[in-house]
Amino acid sequence: MFKSKALRTWCHKNLFNSKMNSFLSVVIVVILFKFLSYFYAWFVTNAVWIGDAAACREASGACVVFIKEKYNFILFGFYPRAEIYRPILCIVLLLSLVIYSSYEKNWKKCTLILWALLFLVSTILMGGGIFSLPIVESDQWGGLPLTLILSVVGIFVSYPLGIVLALGRRSKMPIIRIFSTCYIELIRGVPMISLLFMSSVMFPLFLPEGVVIDKIIRAQIAIIMFVCAYMAEVVRGGLQAIPRGQYEAAEALGLNYFQTMRLVILPQALKVVIPPTVNTVIGMFKDTSLVIIIALFDLMSTMKTALKDPEWLGFNVEGYIFIALIYFMFCFSMGKYSRTLEKKFNRKGTLT
Amino acid sequence: MNFLKSEKNREYLWQVLFTLSIIAFFTFILRNTQSALDKQGIASGFSFLSQEAGFEIGESIIDFFSDDTYQLALLSGFLNTVKVAFIGNILALALGFIVGVTSLSDNYLVAKLSKFYVESIRNIPLILQLFFWYSIFTEVFPSVRSALNPIGGVYLSNRGLYLVSFSDHWFFNILPLIGILSVVAFFFFKKRSIKSLERTGVARKIFLPTLLFFILVSFALWLVAGLPRELSWPTLAGFNFEGGVHLSPEFSSLLIGLVLYTSAFNAEIVRAGILSVDHGQWEAASSLGLNKNQTLSLIVIPQALRVAIPPLISQVLNLTKNSSLAVAIGYPDFVSVANTSLNITGQAVELVLLIMLVYLSISLSTSLVMNIYNRSVTLKER
Repeated sequence: MFKSKALRTWCHKNLFNSKMNSFLSVVIVVILFKFLSYFYAWFVTNAVWIGDAAACREASGACVVFIKEKYNFILFGFYPRAEIYRPILCIVLLLSLVIYSSYEKNWKKCTLILWALLFLVSTILMGGGIFSLPIVESDQWGGLPLTLILSVVGIFVSYPLGIVLALGRRSKMPIIRIFSTCYIELIRGVPMISLLFMSSVMFPLFLPEGVVIDKIIRAQIAIIMFVCAYMAEVVRGGLQAIPRGQYEAAEALGLNYFQTMRLVILPQALKVVIPPTVNTVIGMFKDTSLVIIIALFDLMSTMKTALKDPEWLGFNVEGYIFIALIYFMFCFSMGKYSRTLEKKFNRKGTLT
Repeated sequence: MNFLKSEKNREYLWQVLFTLSIIAFFTFILRNTQSALDKQGIASGFSFLSQEAGFEIGESIIDFFSDDTYQLALLSGFLNTVKVAFIGNILALALGFIVGVTSLSDNYLVAKLSKFYVESIRNIPLILQLFFWYSIFTEVFPSVRSALNPIGGVYLSNRGLYLVSFSDHWFFNILPLIGILSVVAFFFFKKRSIKSLERTGVARKIFLPTLLFFILVSFALWLVAGLPRELSWPTLAGFNFEGGVHLSPEFSSLLIGLVLYTSAFNAEIVRAGILSVDHGQWEAASSLGLNKNQTLSLIVIPQALRVAIPPLISQVLNLTKNSSLAVAIGYPDFVSVANTSLNITGQAVELVLLIMLVYLSISLSTSLVMNIYNRSVTLKER
C-alpha cells in the first residue's frame, strides 16, 4: 500500500506535474512501447537464432546466425584459426591491466613496468617466432586486436609527445614556441583522413630507396601525429591551471627547468586534466576506425569484409549493431570512469 | 666552457640545434621525394590542375562534365563540402540546443531519453554511423516504385530522399531574399526597442513587428506575382521521380550521420552551459516576477551562451572536418574528388597538401568569424 502511494507521488512529481509534461509523458510512453514491441518482434519473435542463410533471407527479423557464423572473423580478422587463443590472451591481459591501472592506489612506477611487460608479451604472443610459437605476419593481424594495438600504442607515444609539445608552446625560446604552436594549430585544422592519406601515399616517397615501412606502422604514425596535437592542448590547459606561485617556489628552491617541470609542475598539471585526457583517448579509440579508408583490417574493416560475403549478403543492420555494441562498451566505460574521476576531483579539490 | 654557463647562451644553442635538425629532416625528406618522383616519372607541381579530369562527379552544384579540368572537379568537390557543412551545422546546432535543454527537463522520461540519445550517439564511431545510415538507404529502403511515403510530400527510397518543394516561379526564388531582409528588419526593431527602453523604460516589441514585416512583404509580392500557388510534388515517372527536391542517398546519409553525431556533443555543451548559470540567477529572476520562459530567454540562456560558445565553435569545425568521411560512402566532397584525382594522376604530394590547405583555411576562417561573434556576446564590463 505504502509502495504504491510512493510510486504515485513519484509519478505525479516527475511525469505529470503540468499539462505539458503529462502530454509529453503519454506520447513518449506510447512511442517507446511501439518501438520496443517492434524491436522485440525483430530481435526475438521473427529472428533466426538457429539455421542458415536461406532461413535468414526468408525471415523478417534479425539474422543472429550471421553474427554466430562470422564473429570469429569480425573479431580477429585473418589470424590463423588454430592460433586464435593468442590474441584472446592478449586482450584479456590488456583489459586486466587497464582495470588494475584505473585504481588511484596503483598510480605508481611499477604499474608502468607492468605495461612495458605487457607490450613485450603481446608482441611475442601476436607475432610468434620464439618459444615454438608459429610466426604470424603482421598483415594477418586484424579485427579487435588491431584496433586495440593502434589505440594503446597511440596513447603511450602521443601522451609524452603531447606533453613535450605543450611545454614547447609555453617555452621562453621563440623558435621552439613558434614551431610547437604552428604544428598544433596545423594538425588541429585538418581532418584525420588527410593524415592517413599522407601516411599511405606520401610516407613511402619520404623514405630512401629500398626502405619500406609496414602499412600498420605508417597508420600508427599518422594517428600519433594527429592525437599528440590534441593531447598537447589538453596538457596546456593543465599547465595554465597551475598558479605562478608554484613556479616561483620551485625557483626559490634552486630547481632548474627540468626539475621544476618533472617534480613540481607536471605532477599537478597532469592530474588536473585526467578527465579531458580520457576524453581524448575515447576520441582516438573511435578515430582508429578511420583506417578502413587506407584498407587496414581493424574491427570496422573486418565487419565490412564479412558483409561482402556473397552467401551472407544483406545483413548490414545486424553487423553494424554488433560492432556498435563493442565500440559502445569500450567508450562508455571509459567515459563513465572519466566522470567518476571528475566528481571525485570536484569534491576533494584534488586527486589522491 | 664559460659560454654554456649563461642561460641565454644555452637557449640560443638549443634553438640553433633545433632549427638545424628540422632543416636536416626536411632536406632528407625532400631529396628522397624528388628522387622517388623522378623515378616514377611524375612531374611535381600544380600544372596537372588544368588537364582534363576524365571522370564524372555524382552530384555537383556547378555544371561538371568529364572533359572539364581537375581544377573544376576540385572546385565542385569543395562546393559539395561547403554545402553539407553549412546545412549540417545549422541542423546540428538546432538539434543540439533542443536536446541540451530537454536533458534538463523536470519530466523524468524526457530527461532520460535525451541522456540516452547523447550517450549512445557519442560512444559510437562516426564512420560506423555513416555506414549504417547508408546501408539503411541502399539495403533497407524499397525501390523508387514502392517508395515509402511517411508524410505527404516526403518519399524515401533506395535512390534517396524526395521532398516537395516550391515550383520554379520568380516569387519563390526571391523568398530567401525576403528572409534576409527580415533579419535586417529584426535588428532594426531590436535597436529601436533598446532605445525606447533606455528613454522611457518600456521595451517595444521585436518579434511581432518582424513577423508582420515578413508576412506583409511576402503577401504584397505574392499579389504582385499573380498568386502563384503551385508546389512541385515529386511524382513517379518511369523509373524515377520528377519534380520536388532530390537528395541523393550519399548526401542524405552523410547529413543525417553528421547532424546526429555532432548534435550529441552540442547538447552536452549546451547542458553544461545552462548548468553553469548559478541557481541564484533563477531565484533572482523569479523574485523579479519573470516567468519560466522569460527567465530562460532573458537571464539564463544569454549567460549560458557565454560559456557554451567557444566549445560550440570547435564543434562547428569538427563537423566541417568530419564531413571528409564522405569519401567512405561515396559522396563527392573535396577529399573524395582529390582522392580520385590522386589515384588517376599520382600527384600524391600536391593533392594531400591541397587537402590540408583547404581544410586549414576553412578552419581558420570559420574560427575567425565565430570568434568575432563570440566577442560580441562576452561580458562587457563597464
